[in-house]
Amino acid sequence: MVKEIERYGIPIIHMATITTISQSVGANRIVPTVAIPYPVGDPSMNEKDEHELRRDLVLRAVKALGVNVEGPTQFE
Amino acid sequence: MKLEHGHIYIKDIVLGDKTQVEGGVLTVDAQALIAHLKEDNKVKNVKVDLARPGEEIRIIPVKDVIEPRVKVIGEGNGFPGVTSKIAQMGEGKVHILSGVAIVTIGDIVGFQEGVIDMWGEGAKWTPFSKTLNIVVDIEPVEGLDPHVHERTVRFAGLRAAEFIGFAGKDVEPDEVLVYEIGTQVEETAKYPDLPRVAYVEMLISQGLLHDGYIYGVNSQQILPTLLHPNEELDNAVISGNCVAACDKITTYQHQNNAVILDLYKEHGKTINFIGVILTPELTTLEGKFRTCDYTAKLCVNLGADAVIISEEGYGNPDSDLVMICKRCEQKGIKTVLITDECSGWDGMSQPLTDMAEEAVAVISTGNVSHVVELTAAKKVLGVAEAIYTLAGGWEGCIAEDGSMKCELNAVIGSTSEIGYHNCTVELY
Amino acid sequence: MKIVYYVNQFFGQIGGEEKAGTPPQYVDKAVGPAGGFQTLIKDEAQVVGTIICGDNYFNEHKEVALKEILAMVKDSGADLFVAGPAFNAGRYGMACAQVSAAVQKELEIPALTGMYEENPGLEEARSEAYVIKTGDSAGTMRKALPLMAALGLKLLKKVAPGLPSEDGYFAQGRRVTVFSDKRGSVRAVEMLLKRLAEEPFVTELPMPVFDNVPPAQAIADLSKATIALVTSGGIVPLGNPDRIQSASAQKWGKYDISGKKALKGDFYTIHGGYDPVYANAYADRVAPLDVLYELKEEGIIGDVYPYFYTTTGTGTSVASSVAFGKEIGKELKEAGVSGVLLTST
Repeated sequence: MVKEIERYGIPIIHMATITTISQSVGANRIVPTVAIPYPVGDPSMNEKDEHELRRDLVLRAVKALGVNVEGPTQFE
Repeated sequence: MKLEHGHIYIKDIVLGDKTQVEGGVLTVDAQALIAHLKEDNKVKNVKVDLARPGEEIRIIPVKDVIEPRVKVIGEGNGFPGVTSKIAQMGEGKVHILSGVAIVTIGDIVGFQEGVIDMWGEGAKWTPFSKTLNIVVDIEPVEGLDPHVHERTVRFAGLRAAEFIGFAGKDVEPDEVLVYEIGTQVEETAKYPDLPRVAYVEMLISQGLLHDGYIYGVNSQQILPTLLHPNEELDNAVISGNCVAACDKITTYQHQNNAVILDLYKEHGKTINFIGVILTPELTTLEGKFRTCDYTAKLCVNLGADAVIISEEGYGNPDSDLVMICKRCEQKGIKTVLITDECSGWDGMSQPLTDMAEEAVAVISTGNVSHVVELTAAKKVLGVAEAIYTLAGGWEGCIAEDGSMKCELNAVIGSTSEIGYHNCTVELY
Repeated sequence: MKIVYYVNQFFGQIGGEEKAGTPPQYVDKAVGPAGGFQTLIKDEAQVVGTIICGDNYFNEHKEVALKEILAMVKDSGADLFVAGPAFNAGRYGMACAQVSAAVQKELEIPALTGMYEENPGLEEARSEAYVIKTGDSAGTMRKALPLMAALGLKLLKKVAPGLPSEDGYFAQGRRVTVFSDKRGSVRAVEMLLKRLAEEPFVTELPMPVFDNVPPAQAIADLSKATIALVTSGGIVPLGNPDRIQSASAQKWGKYDISGKKALKGDFYTIHGGYDPVYANAYADRVAPLDVLYELKEEGIIGDVYPYFYTTTGTGTSVASSVAFGKEIGKELKEAGVSGVLLTST
């Protein structure tokens, strides 16, 4: 899906936990996430901390859309 | 055009006082051959040796392999435009000393020379371990520039083939094969329902040791051109001793072009073989676009339904190969490509440097980087250490016991892209 | 000769998704498919142990997990390592693939696994280990195990495997030069005649795949950009109005989120490949609309595209994913969306 959307020239950030899959598939912009059932969350945290964590990840992802890359790149 | 190949099957070769064929045995007068070649004042010294199938002989560095022939009916003995006056080839009758090859060696000119082992493991990898080889070691005079050096050696080989071939002039051939295809109008009238098939033979055209010649014209200087298949079977096309040893089309392989011979077998039965298009592989992008467009246009104008396209060399010519394929397929002409591949020592790398999705039917003639281990030879004709500088060899690839490792790259004719040999690739 | 087997929590009979976080453990007997494998190879070799590891544990603690598992394999003195088969289970496939590849590469013990052709683990393993072709579900276990056992025996006895088509494994990608009984020109003419007769033929050199999409240009000004939210995490409105499949999805959904500040409460997951508890409690943990909305309010991004796109990634064929991506991408392109945030589970 990621590559097909990018083929239209739309920058796309892939937020995934198993980034090796993401790399194998050939995504160009990748943000590693927390865990499979909750990529952008962590139920063990209190609500405020969890929100901070998610905000951090999503902000990183959005900013990555503003960065030019040469090929598959992880934004960690 | 009608061409007859009169095959005189040679069972053995020996050195003697007179160059002649008797009872299937070719005697070679080495001194006379040497004197003949030394008539060229750029040739300083010549040595002549024999190498027979099964003998533990390694020949290195091999430049070209040529079949000795003589024209007995029709014009144009020798190699017109090169060693003899220009003439229209493809008609008449030639006598062939079948099973014999002239193999030229001598001071290395470039990296594009190779090895022939006459026995054992190495023999499996080259078609020229099965021929009775007259090995001509040519030493040119000092101070020649590389192009003149190459030309001197190339001409010496051709002249040697002409000289030896003359011995078959008055010998009754054991078998006569007739190659006859009329004009397009005639053939189409005869076989109106058979699919029209052309053969596109790509020739490397990239400079020293990288050129094919047609009637003596360097293929660098041509637009793609149309030949009657008989012309190539009659000495019109020669090798410029080009590209890596494994997939250079030696002169012998032009004289016996496997694709032409195998298409001929189907002519009038399953196909109408409409001709050979020789296409140069140039070094500029614009040149490649021009020749590829032009080649496809010739195929279209000939009314081809299908073509076989063979490459010479690898790397940048992969681009030409797939561009011609793409253009033909887009015009509705079915293609089959013949190429070798560069998949690395372990066979895990990308096999081609370029691709086209239209290239759906491809014959692979082997991985040029496939490494073979060759046992020590009892006798080396030439210089064993030449392997260090050849494509496919490397410094130190000869072990202390004389055994040697090299890539198929260095083995003459091993991955012949005109399909002259049996190598292929399986995916494991 | 000794064999060590690897399975996940499910095939290791520990439990389902709730046990997916279990760290690796070594059991000194054949468990689950290892038992079937043992039966097939009779007394030619013995499965001396089964390593059982939760899929989530492996995928989330890959380095630690690999280290632990490799130590177990090494200690067992195995002559052959077998994992799976994983069929089309993505996380299990990744585990089988990476463990097999590591055992082969680092311990130099022959390693064998099995999976479905669209399992993402395949590409991780095939060049190192042998991967038997299986069906897409555990229902094909009875077909898969005999192939694995047959190739396993060859590897144990150091017999060179046959062609991939003969022994039922995925080609490792090694292009080996061999002799044909026909010269190349004859093969070319034969292939040409087949093409002309429109008969089937097999190319000897499939075109190499250069499957990279050039990265799209970055967004110049994020504060003016419209960002779309897409997920393969199976997040749908409560009740799953479009009946999107929980695995092997055949379609995708598109839902109006204009004006919404979060997905929480109105959306949940129907994804069959992971523990749904956390996403059901708070869907933004999978598709973070809440933060995107915040960023829009703060002016960091211009807008959030008013539609949210979703499907299920698990077991979904590559061909389907490609089709979904094309359809969704087309809509987003036409809508003038500046960038996409896609989450996967």
